[in-house]
Amino acid sequence: MVRVSERLFVAAAWLSTLMTLAVVGIFVGSLLYRGLGTLGTSLLFGNVPIINALIGKLPVWHGIWPAIVGTLFLVLLSSTMAIPLGLASGIYFAEYAEGRWKDLLSFAVDLLAGTPSIIMGLFGFSLILFLRKAILPGANVCLLLAALCLALLVLPYMVRTTQVALESLPESTRLVGPSLGLTRWENIRHVLLPASSRALLSGVILSVGRAAEDTAVILLTGVVANAGLPASLTDKFEALPFTIYYLAAEYRTPEELDRGFGSALLLLVITVSLFVAARMLQGAFQREWQ
Amino acid sequence: MRNLTHNRESRKWLESLIELMLLFSGLISSLVMLAIFVFLVYFTMPIIARGDLLNLMSWNWRPLAGQYGILPMAIGSLFLAVSATLAAYPLGLGICCFIHSLGLRSVARFVLVIIDFMTSVPTVVYGFVSAFLLVPTLRQCFEHGTGFSWFAASVTLTVLVLPTIVLVIHTQLRQLGSESRLTAIALGISPAQTLLWVILPQASRGLVAAALLGFGRALGDTIVSLMVAGNAPQVPHSILDSIRTLTAHIALVVATDVHSATYHSLFLSGLILVTISAMVNASIRWIAGKSGAG
Repeated sequence: MVRVSERLFVAAAWLSTLMTLAVVGIFVGSLLYRGLGTLGTSLLFGNVPIINALIGKLPVWHGIWPAIVGTLFLVLLSSTMAIPLGLASGIYFAEYAEGRWKDLLSFAVDLLAGTPSIIMGLFGFSLILFLRKAILPGANVCLLLAALCLALLVLPYMVRTTQVALESLPESTRLVGPSLGLTRWENIRHVLLPASSRALLSGVILSVGRAAEDTAVILLTGVVANAGLPASLTDKFEALPFTIYYLAAEYRTPEELDRGFGSALLLLVITVSLFVAARMLQGAFQREWQ
Repeated sequence: MRNLTHNRESRKWLESLIELMLLFSGLISSLVMLAIFVFLVYFTMPIIARGDLLNLMSWNWRPLAGQYGILPMAIGSLFLAVSATLAAYPLGLGICCFIHSLGLRSVARFVLVIIDFMTSVPTVVYGFVSAFLLVPTLRQCFEHGTGFSWFAASVTLTVLVLPTIVLVIHTQLRQLGSESRLTAIALGISPAQTLLWVILPQASRGLVAAALLGFGRALGDTIVSLMVAGNAPQVPHSILDSIRTLTAHIALVVATDVHSATYHSLFLSGLILVTISAMVNASIRWIAGKSGAG
């Protein structure tokens, strides 16, 4: 005897699952259908010979190469700032902080993780307004500022993954160092960090993916549509997610729209690859220790 | 002997130095949030001091006429986040029940992989596909406006927040499920009955946290609403009307206006967003911290 309510419940579960699968199917299908044909060297470099584009001899106007380089710069710069700080903070939270003090600091990091990304952009923007008023009248939004704000965006992810990785190591591993007479830091440095290296790397990759895909932060901190290759840290720049946003709103020719679909597909492939790599490392870490 | 003591001394010294550096990093990471909040307050204060707060807290956004009301945007953000959460929540719950005990195991694993895939899709890609797939369809079907609407943004955001909701509920159900599964089998209760009458009533914490996280995620989104909601600063009368969210408003003002008078609305919008998302996060933490029945 199965009651009607239970039948309905099972049907609803099936329905929501099938609906979601259908939506994801349509989403991926349409992106592949419109974008797959555009992938190629002309999407990246337009009509400029590849060698000349790569060495920066000729500017690329009808390709997304400058945007890709811009995103690469953004990711490298923001990782340089966020990864060491995030690792150190994660180690502190996992191994040194205790009690109420730890709760308070973790709460601040949690709040940061839950803050809308556009707020980091707004913070960068107001920082420039402040600098102009206070010391640097010529300060303007630029690559360095955008990287700083992206670093703030990914910092809480870095802190959290580091902390969780260290805390999930079994007690037997944590006691190896002390039993051999190692100090607290020596134990972290020679036992705990190497043991959790895969999970730490997975956190780094996730942060890179987050920095590469975010659009709201750079929108307020100096991204433009036609900057060419980034010339210096204090210049405006192009970036792949912004190119997609810009082409969606401002495309004038069917070719530009195709370029939009191609860029969207390319960005999706990049973030999904990073995500898969991170998951595989995380999986290896869990199989090793749990 | 003397050398050894010396070594121990320097090791101790190094140890404290490293601890100090780690403490310093931890402090910086925690102070970022405070710094952001202080900056927003610092830039919002002049508005209050000049008595412009009433102007900003009004229903009309007409910069040329000196009216800078952001209430339509606040309503837009609220309506959009609530509608997306309301749509995504039952879907997410259904998917979790499917994964947990109703569906076939191999299909369930596949569904989880798809949900994982959804978390890694860039927001701007959702926005892009939505703008060229959903919006034209809406335009043709309803013949109301351009298709850039609350509805379009709502559907897209539903897809965006769905994985968040699924993963939170799934984690909780998995914990509870392993405890009660054997008991249920021993008592001869079907998986659907176990889920409906035993596990779900116990999972209240995860269920509430999932709704809050989904809401926070939807509220914080900028790109989807900027790309497909139409951005008209008005209170919508129909779900097919165009709306503008606080997040999109910030992006639009920075991108288009050079007038510093409109900048004030930025910081107040930012402050409202930070305050609401902080409240959402604090409630999630409070719920997670409550001990007792899960």
